[in-house]
Amino acid sequence: MLEIHNIKKSFGSLEVLKGVDLRVQKGDVVAILGPSGSGKTTLLRCINFLEKADSGSFTFDGQEFSYEAIRKKEIARLRKKTAFVFQNYNLFQNKTALQNVTEGLVIGRKMKKEQAEEIGRRMLDKVGMGERYDYYPGQLSGGQQQRVAIARALATDPEIIYFDEPTSALDPELIGEVLEVMRSLAKEGMTMLVVTHEMSFAREVSSQVIFMEHGQVVEAGTAREFFNNPREARTRAFLGMDSEE
Amino acid sequence: MDQRVIDIILDSFSKILLPGLTMTIPLTVISFCLAMVIATAVAMVQFANVRILKQICRFYIWVIRGTPLLVQLYVMFFGLPSVGVVLDPFPCAVIVFAINEGAYCAETMRSALESVPAGQIEAGYCVGLSYWQIMRRIVLPQALRTAFPPLSNSLIAMTKDTSLAANITVLEMFMATQRIVARTYEPLVLYIEVGLIYLLFCTVLTKLQSIGEKRLNRYQRQG
Repeated sequence: MLEIHNIKKSFGSLEVLKGVDLRVQKGDVVAILGPSGSGKTTLLRCINFLEKADSGSFTFDGQEFSYEAIRKKEIARLRKKTAFVFQNYNLFQNKTALQNVTEGLVIGRKMKKEQAEEIGRRMLDKVGMGERYDYYPGQLSGGQQQRVAIARALATDPEIIYFDEPTSALDPELIGEVLEVMRSLAKEGMTMLVVTHEMSFAREVSSQVIFMEHGQVVEAGTAREFFNNPREARTRAFLGMDSEE
Repeated sequence: MDQRVIDIILDSFSKILLPGLTMTIPLTVISFCLAMVIATAVAMVQFANVRILKQICRFYIWVIRGTPLLVQLYVMFFGLPSVGVVLDPFPCAVIVFAINEGAYCAETMRSALESVPAGQIEAGYCVGLSYWQIMRRIVLPQALRTAFPPLSNSLIAMTKDTSLAANITVLEMFMATQRIVARTYEPLVLYIEVGLIYLLFCTVLTKLQSIGEKRLNRYQRQG
């Protein structure tokens, strides 16, 4: 459903993405791994147009676009089919948990308020935030905020959800509750593209893995192959370092 | 204090307060509302980085903040008639105060807009909102909360600055007092009296500010 070809991005003279290819099929959970500074977050942000890629093309639902020439209207239309979960949650601070979830429906999609609230409550229930409809983000813990952010992503019924290091800003004891929600989404067949440092999560939940370094894909394959039988020396070193921790 | 002075104080109270209610307050309120419109527009142009408009806004702020309010009043009221633009005192004062206050409040609003984390704007795009929807529903309400105390400060300062309008013949509280002084030769008690009435007005505004802050604080972290 999503295919990226030769995407490139530089910040000034720093080349962050040096031509990356990526393929996600419906129902896939793709984990993007790699050391800090490898360009994985930039890749995700470029895919959802939060950064403007310098060149490259992509296919979404069979329609082809180029990153250089895509129009604002197309970006807005594509974004309505996707959702993004941020490292820092980025909840709307002036809105309650429920309003955070319904905002994209009522304002972005002109849905009736009652219908949106019904969906919103269902999604908050789903991520275990049923007791917190009317809490403001400032009154919630990091883990709770991230679960609201996931409910917000789910509410718009996206074809794919992008996760940008969704647990990196959390206290260790709060990581579990967020991963638990993501695990259950994966089981339901949600298509997910996840930048993460959580090796055990990637190993257990993802179907495909992409390992990046210096703006390039070093190794890509099924999760089983990647973790049990990595081809590249760099990947083995990375995984070896990981198990020593 | 002899009986004559006491009578002057009591007698002049309503004569000072009345122009306060009919001139000083309307002048303040109308000017400040217009200033807020100017400030919000100027701040949003800069926030959105609209190239040429941004330069114009910077120029406006530079000129207005760099010249005295009194000079601006004089240019507008005594200067412009020589090129054929004649304004009545009250609208002239409103225009000058709005333009002057707008420049200061624009900077307050700009910093408040910039204080809203950019991530929330990105999140807005990602849930399918347009730029204007994000501004109206997410950024501006939070910026207003941040800007509220410094804007209240500006309003309080402006309330007192309206006394400068006496210079361009607006019959507000201060000018009313000057006239009574000219008649009674009691400058000390009368200027103190008008000062106390300004203090009363500003006390009300301070009270309103704390009520407003409590209302706006409802989504802040508790405890």
